[in-house]
Amino acid sequence: MITFDEVVKVFPGGSAAVDHLSMELPTGKITVFVGPSGCGKTTSLRMINRMITPTSGRVLIDGQDVTAQDEATLRRGIGYVIQHAGLFPHRTVVDNVATVPLLLGSSRREARRAALEVLERVGLPQSFADRYPAQLSGGQQQRVGVARALAADPPVMLMDEPFSAVDPVVRESLQREFLRLQAELGKTIALVTHDIDEAIKLGDVVAVFREGGRLAQFGTPRELLERPADAFVGEFVGRDRGFRSLSFDTADSVPVRPPGDAAEDGAELVLDPAGRPLGWLGPAVGSPATPVPTGGTFSSTDTLRAVTDLAISSPVGIAVRVGPDGAVDGIVRHHDLVDHLASRRGRSGAERTA
Amino acid sequence: MDSSYLFDPEHWDPGAAGSIPQLLLSHLGYSALALLFGTLIALPVGLFIGHTGRGSFLAINAGNAGRSLPTLGLLMLMVTLLGLGLTPVLIALTVLVIPPVLTSTYAGMRSLDASVVDAARGMGMRPSQVLLRVEFPMALPVLMGGFRSAALQVIATATVAAAVGLGGLGRLLIDGLALNDYSRVLAGAVVVAALAIVLDLLLGLIQRSIVSPGLTGRAVRTRRAAPAP
Ligand SMILES: Nc1ncnc2c1ncn2[C@@H]1O[C@H](COP(=O)(O)OP(=O)(O)OP(=O)(O)O)[C@@H](O)[C@H]1O
Ligand SMILES: [Mg+2]
Repeated sequence: MITFDEVVKVFPGGSAAVDHLSMELPTGKITVFVGPSGCGKTTSLRMINRMITPTSGRVLIDGQDVTAQDEATLRRGIGYVIQHAGLFPHRTVVDNVATVPLLLGSSRREARRAALEVLERVGLPQSFADRYPAQLSGGQQQRVGVARALAADPPVMLMDEPFSAVDPVVRESLQREFLRLQAELGKTIALVTHDIDEAIKLGDVVAVFREGGRLAQFGTPRELLERPADAFVGEFVGRDRGFRSLSFDTADSVPVRPPGDAAEDGAELVLDPAGRPLGWLGPAVGSPATPVPTGGTFSSTDTLRAVTDLAISSPVGIAVRVGPDGAVDGIVRHHDLVDHLASRRGRSGAERTA
Repeated sequence: MDSSYLFDPEHWDPGAAGSIPQLLLSHLGYSALALLFGTLIALPVGLFIGHTGRGSFLAINAGNAGRSLPTLGLLMLMVTLLGLGLTPVLIALTVLVIPPVLTSTYAGMRSLDASVVDAARGMGMRPSQVLLRVEFPMALPVLMGGFRSAALQVIATATVAAAVGLGGLGRLLIDGLALNDYSRVLAGAVVVAALAIVLDLLLGLIQRSIVSPGLTGRAVRTRRAAPAP
């Protein structure tokens, strides 16, 4: 657990960059610091590994004040990932990753072995080990940056916009792998981003900062989306936060009907011999000669957001559910979905007042 | 041009006093000592200033001051103060070496990507480790540039040693001029130029072997260990 206790940071000649920050980052979870530019996210993060010293207040890791330890020793026990990776250009990938194990006194051989192992973990093949950073793509460099922070297996990781320097497709895959890795490793992670989508996707808990280095809200992504503390947070998490919050419910709560019920909407779902959907026929799609594709299907493990999206984008306003074998096992009509959303709204309203 | 002096085998007899090989050797000796002393002074100062950012005016102004200082004038001043001998020559040449090495060391250190240095500290390197394992190797290409230009300048300027009665290739120039023996002057000029070229090539090879290929963008075909910290 990382504790901020009334932490204040005022840079010389500036106003407060961090203003009376108090919060607790839970052990083994990802806490995301999010907020507009200049609101003190990086400053807060860097006070954890003493790259910045608080003006007043304390930062504690598992109850121990970070200033109680020698600063180099403290930092060797905390993984640190920065934007653009900050790799050592004069060292090979494997030497970069072996840095902290070597600082901690591992032999060259051990450090190299640990480095190769962790490179594999982050999805970089052995053939990259002896390359120099300049010979890697931005996404690969970022992976090496993560590997370097993980090499000595620190319990705590600090990550400052680790995925911001790459294109959206690469970012998506890095984020997915990061979550998979975290599921295995269970580190206590503080991650800075200014992207609210990233915060919601990656965070177990999210700390929303506002200008002047104040904490606007601290809670789970769901709480943020469904119960923003104030107008600032509501604005910050965005206009389509309602739609986004549908990601937190799975589709298994949605009532389905037998495929034949589509007839009520003037549509007929055509199946192949194995029961898989071929497409729609009937007046609802203009009575074509060949079936119009469904545009996608969902299974009960998908999110409510996926079902809603399918229902909206479907040519007939009907989302199609399939079982594990790909065969159709039910449909969700637009109207039914709206009713379901209304009842869901009623439930969460009841929770709120409870 | 008369090259008879240069190609007379008698002048290449290493055993004969004042022969070209002997002059070459003393010339190299003065130059090497001046480079050694100059680097011993300028390198640590440049690293310190670059690492801490303190006293940067010194590094910047050293370059300008150094360029405007006439070596011959300085040498004469030293001789007046200290008398004839090796010391005044070494002082004058050392003063020549300091500015390029100091300025390039500082420039090399300042050109470093701040986020890399930040990462080094953030991973728990102590200041000396940051300096030796990260900043110095990264600054090496720029630093070597300064060292090479210092070496060329010293080789060219070490001819002044002859002006105060010492050896070195300057002997050929000064004696040749005194005796109106232009063949001898030519021999001196050619040997100094050749020495400078050979030395620069040699330093170029050394630079290639000590600067990480990761910094030069050279394609890395062969496996190689990280440069010594
Ligand atoms: N070394 C410093 N000296 C003076 N002021 C600083 C320093 N570092 C940060 N600040 C100021 O402190 C405030 C918070 O900066 P910080 O870097 O923590 O913001 P941030 O939330 O990480 O922003 P971004 O999303 O742009 O990275 C800013 O107003 C910044 O100008
Ligand atoms: Mg920042």
